[in-house]
Amino acid sequence: MSGSSVLFDAPGPRARRLSTILSWVSGVLVLGAVAWGIMVLNAPRESGGITLPGMFDPSRWDILADPEFWNFVIFTGVWNTLRAALVAAVLAVALGVVLSLLRSSPIGWIRIPTAVLIEFFRGMPVLLMMLFILLVAGTGQYWAVVAALAVYNGALIGEALRAGLVALPRGQREAALSVGMRPLQSKMLVEFPQAFRQMLPIIVAQLVVLLKDTSLGYIVGYQELLRVTLNNLGSFYGNRYLFTLWCVAFILYLAMNLSLSWFARWLGRRGDHRYHPGKAGPAPDDPSQALLVADAKAAARESESATRL
Amino acid sequence: MDVVIANLPLYLEGFAVTLLLLGVSGLGALVLGTIIAAMRISPIATLRGIATVYTEIIRNTPLTLVVLFSVVIVPLLGARVPFLLSGFIALAVYTSPFVAEALRSGINGVPIGQAEAARSLGLGFGQSVALVIFPQAFRMTIPPLINVFIALAKNTSVVGGVGFVTELFGVGRTLANAHGNAVIAILIGVAFFYLVVTVPLGFLATQLERKWVVQR
Repeated sequence: MSGSSVLFDAPGPRARRLSTILSWVSGVLVLGAVAWGIMVLNAPRESGGITLPGMFDPSRWDILADPEFWNFVIFTGVWNTLRAALVAAVLAVALGVVLSLLRSSPIGWIRIPTAVLIEFFRGMPVLLMMLFILLVAGTGQYWAVVAALAVYNGALIGEALRAGLVALPRGQREAALSVGMRPLQSKMLVEFPQAFRQMLPIIVAQLVVLLKDTSLGYIVGYQELLRVTLNNLGSFYGNRYLFTLWCVAFILYLAMNLSLSWFARWLGRRGDHRYHPGKAGPAPDDPSQALLVADAKAAARESESATRL
Repeated sequence: MDVVIANLPLYLEGFAVTLLLLGVSGLGALVLGTIIAAMRISPIATLRGIATVYTEIIRNTPLTLVVLFSVVIVPLLGARVPFLLSGFIALAVYTSPFVAEALRSGINGVPIGQAEAARSLGLGFGQSVALVIFPQAFRMTIPPLINVFIALAKNTSVVGGVGFVTELFGVGRTLANAHGNAVIAILIGVAFFYLVVTVPLGFLATQLERKWVVQR
């Protein structure tokens, strides 16, 4: 029901006028609220007899003109965030491939423990895993962040790929077996490449989540963007600049995440047109929801084929 | 293992705070998310635009940044808010776009013929949404909503990690620092409590979704 315009009549002149007026009124109200917020932030305030300058006072923003500041933010903060995300993403995809293959193995001794392991990793907070690796394995902060993100997202990607494998038309496997491929060959050469391609949008959307989650490194003490700005620079320049620093971190995160999400959406749209012509579904914005649907479809399919046998 | 059993009351206390965070911010997120979802399908263009921008911004901001804002920046602005309350607000705000998207995808999942049929019977916008679309969309939104709540349950650990709220993760960290020789047992104990919440909810979501997929 994507064309929700069915829900109301094509607006006539009066309804259109009303809608325009309401549009303007709500727009003005929201702008007013934003302006009010900025005014409140900008108002100087008394604190223990001292007048503190407002949040948008130039004395709070002069660090932005300092090249050393940007040097540190970009080459330490952003770089460390991207470095951790990139390594974790590669490891997570690799782990996901392995887990999906183990999870869909015909041998129960391999399949069931893998399923339990995946459920275990999916149900835990990433932060707890980071702390666990940091304290138990004693790897240092960087590897604690990378390993925890790789394991958690690897489990999710593995589940997505498994759902993709199950959802493939059965004819693919039957055809591969009937031209003389062994089961493993069929899985690796015929089924897996197709499943991977179909699940690619979900995987990329999950990588956006991974990039966001690198900020948890702040809590375990990894020097990523958030710790560099709010903690290191915050104590270097003083509390006066905390709001400024928060804004810088916010803008940089938005820039990184938005570009990656747009890429994921573009990929989803492109994939849909190419492999399911005429059935372009919405791109998965929330990978966990897309995974839920894929999982359920896979489960339904499995029980269906079980009753048919 | 002994450390876990000896500190079981502490664990339960932390677990209670985690559940409290989950419950209160879950409710808050439901309310906020419903408003956002309603704005996103409303005929008024400005509201749609605002809701879309809000969703995009919050969804692409890390939770840690949101929590830090409410724990560090808001007190700096002069507002005295208890940490638990700022934790509630941060989690509710962060979760609300996900709730809105789950609701919206449920509404989008209702076949368009239903709306057409309702409209051709002469029902208005309010009637067709309230009597025809929503009852069907409701069922479809339950599994995605459970999924959102699972994520929320895991995300409560960030509030404990950043802030000064001693929920499950905070308890685990304190105990792990105090008993360096039993870190593994302590953290597995913490993981157990999280899994008690997330795994059954996950199974429930998959079962419901499975039923729904078959029905379709």
